[in-house]
Amino acid sequence: MRSVRSRLGVLCLVALFMSLAGLLPVRSATPATLSQMTEDGRQLYLRGCSSCHGLDGTGTPSGPSLERSGAASAYYYLSTGRMPLADEAQPRRKPPAYSRAQIDLLVDYVASLGSGPAIPEVHLETGDLAEGGVLYRSNCGPCHTAAGIGGALSYGRAAPSVTPADPVEAAAAIRTGPGQMPVFGPEALSDHEVASIVRYIRFLESPPTPGGAALGGAGPIPEGFVAWIFGVGTLVLAVLWIGKLEGGHGRH
Amino acid sequence: MNQPRPATRSRRLARWVDDRLGTAYLATKALRKVFPDHWSFMLGELSLYSFVILVVTGVYLTFFFDPSQAESTYRGSYEAMRGVEMTAAYRSALELSFDVRAGLVMRQIHHWAALLFVATMAVHMARVFFTGAFRRPREINWMVGVTLLILAVFNGFAGYSLLDDQLSGTGLRIGYSIALSVPLVGTWLVSLLFGGEFPGPDIIERLYVIHILLVPAVIAALIGVHMAILLRQKHTQFAGPGRAEGNVVGERVWPTYAAKGLGLFFLTTAVLAALGGLAQINPIWIYGPFDPAEVSAASQPDWYMGWLDGAMRLIPPWEVRAFGYEVPNPFFPGAVLPGVTFALLYLWPFLEARFTGDRSEHHLLDRPRDRPVRTAMGVATIAFYGVLFLAGGGDVLSTTFGVSVNAVFQAFRVLLFVLPAASAWVAYRLCRDLAQRDPAPADDGSVAMTALAGVAEDGRDQDDRAGHDGPEAQGQAVGKHH
Repeated sequence: MRSVRSRLGVLCLVALFMSLAGLLPVRSATPATLSQMTEDGRQLYLRGCSSCHGLDGTGTPSGPSLERSGAASAYYYLSTGRMPLADEAQPRRKPPAYSRAQIDLLVDYVASLGSGPAIPEVHLETGDLAEGGVLYRSNCGPCHTAAGIGGALSYGRAAPSVTPADPVEAAAAIRTGPGQMPVFGPEALSDHEVASIVRYIRFLESPPTPGGAALGGAGPIPEGFVAWIFGVGTLVLAVLWIGKLEGGHGRH
Repeated sequence: MNQPRPATRSRRLARWVDDRLGTAYLATKALRKVFPDHWSFMLGELSLYSFVILVVTGVYLTFFFDPSQAESTYRGSYEAMRGVEMTAAYRSALELSFDVRAGLVMRQIHHWAALLFVATMAVHMARVFFTGAFRRPREINWMVGVTLLILAVFNGFAGYSLLDDQLSGTGLRIGYSIALSVPLVGTWLVSLLFGGEFPGPDIIERLYVIHILLVPAVIAALIGVHMAILLRQKHTQFAGPGRAEGNVVGERVWPTYAAKGLGLFFLTTAVLAALGGLAQINPIWIYGPFDPAEVSAASQPDWYMGWLDGAMRLIPPWEVRAFGYEVPNPFFPGAVLPGVTFALLYLWPFLEARFTGDRSEHHLLDRPRDRPVRTAMGVATIAFYGVLFLAGGGDVLSTTFGVSVNAVFQAFRVLLFVLPAASAWVAYRLCRDLAQRDPAPADDGSVAMTALAGVAEDGRDQDDRAGHDGPEAQGQAVGKHH
């Protein structure tokens, strides 16, 4: 359903672009030095992205400039399906609208628009799980919750769930700070620390639940509902049953 | 039957104790008490049994928990926390959860029992309220009950604050701020309790003594008082055939209610064991050790503190200056609201007597429909605190249902006043309609004159209400309706 909708969104954008293309003089943003790959990416970009981000990636009133986004940002937004934007208040994770090869082309093109971070390399085996937990809880938990299920921000925005987490997507998000998320550059978190955090995020995908059913990981709210609905509910039924039992002694 | 039975060993022991303490008389008296039949009269027992489970599991936990804020490093079997610096309290709570045999299931049963201890108290209290069982002569026992509720809520908070995980530390931080917001005495209060600036070096050790010794001892003593007063005054009953202000119709404690109570205790234990074994509660290893500089999104207290959290979230940012002192905002939702709430609960029997002008003794219960104003006020109260409770989880509701958190809180601010009013109106109309369709059964006063004790007309056991109070009281109880 979502992928159908996002495909429709792409089609709409294509139609919009084609109508605009007839009206506007296309600025020449194609230096002869562009490789064939980047040129293919540019064609995809013009069809799918330019109506909001501008024909040369400098942005329009309906979309920000991509000059400083870099490969990392483009990779994150396209791989998690957050771009192209469907009819939604804030970009949401959905199945990607483009194939892997198309995403690579688009990422390459966006990277050529200016100076931005490259796609981070993550060496999970270098990360330390416990250190990642400490870093996660102090840097990520305040918005994404300690369990990683996502939390509310103001005015309808929300920090999304951090899972399921592809290591490169998660690292790209940390390095580029999509949406309202802060940017954690190399001065804030070393590559090793990012790897540790990503390890912990992947651990949060299916953390051990030695205590039984995890109840959604949202803490005391679901626990309270379980206590009232299952606990009090069952006990009141027990009282109803026992209370109605005849003693046998009183009847003669 | 009249032949002397052989003196068995247990019989000889019972006689030996009786010769010295005279226990047989008291035991017989208590076991022969008649307890009226209605399922709702057993709700309070659920709290009693939860308390028993709390004590048993709590004692087990004290063998392993180390209430110390000393620096320490985790080296246990939970990989994601190995080598992390933390307090000894949090470390021992982790070890209790992962490395102590039956530690986690005991911890979870203890926590679920705490949630149900307060919840079943609330249900029991609602039953007492809606049936008017708090009226003269039971005002004192009502106040004992309110005190038990406050102590249970406080001890629950003290209990989950001991573990020194991020969630409990966040709760303590709020508690600290509320105590600090109290005019004049706030600063002294927190430095006494916490031993200095937050988080303070002493708070966990102090809360530990409060949680495992002081408050449980007072709760146990007050439960004793609560039940002694119940025995002394005898239980209320609903009106019906053979039931009057002057008698108690039901079945004797021995054997009927002893068996029922034991069965209910087993069932309570079973429900708590099922919850503790199957449903994870308070996964402190996810929350991490407490750091005053951090706070996780979606931090909520346990349900019985949720209404206070909700009030903190809903109150507009008011601050008042009075006599040259700043009265900080948390004072209103954190101190005034619970103060007013519990003061009104304490005073309710007297307030109601004042408004209705009814100061006479009542042993027959009201049906909620026959007291529409009281019922409507009770429903409005539940709605008010229910909205506050939901507001305490406003951010979780916002993300769960994809609604703006600002819209959620604006809606709750309106609902906080609209919902109690609307539900009170609905409850009032329902009561009136139900009562019209089904008028209250009259007090069957004639029975009290004839059958004072022994067996009622329908063959059920019956006690005379005032028998133990001497002839004067007896005459009063029997003659009241004539």
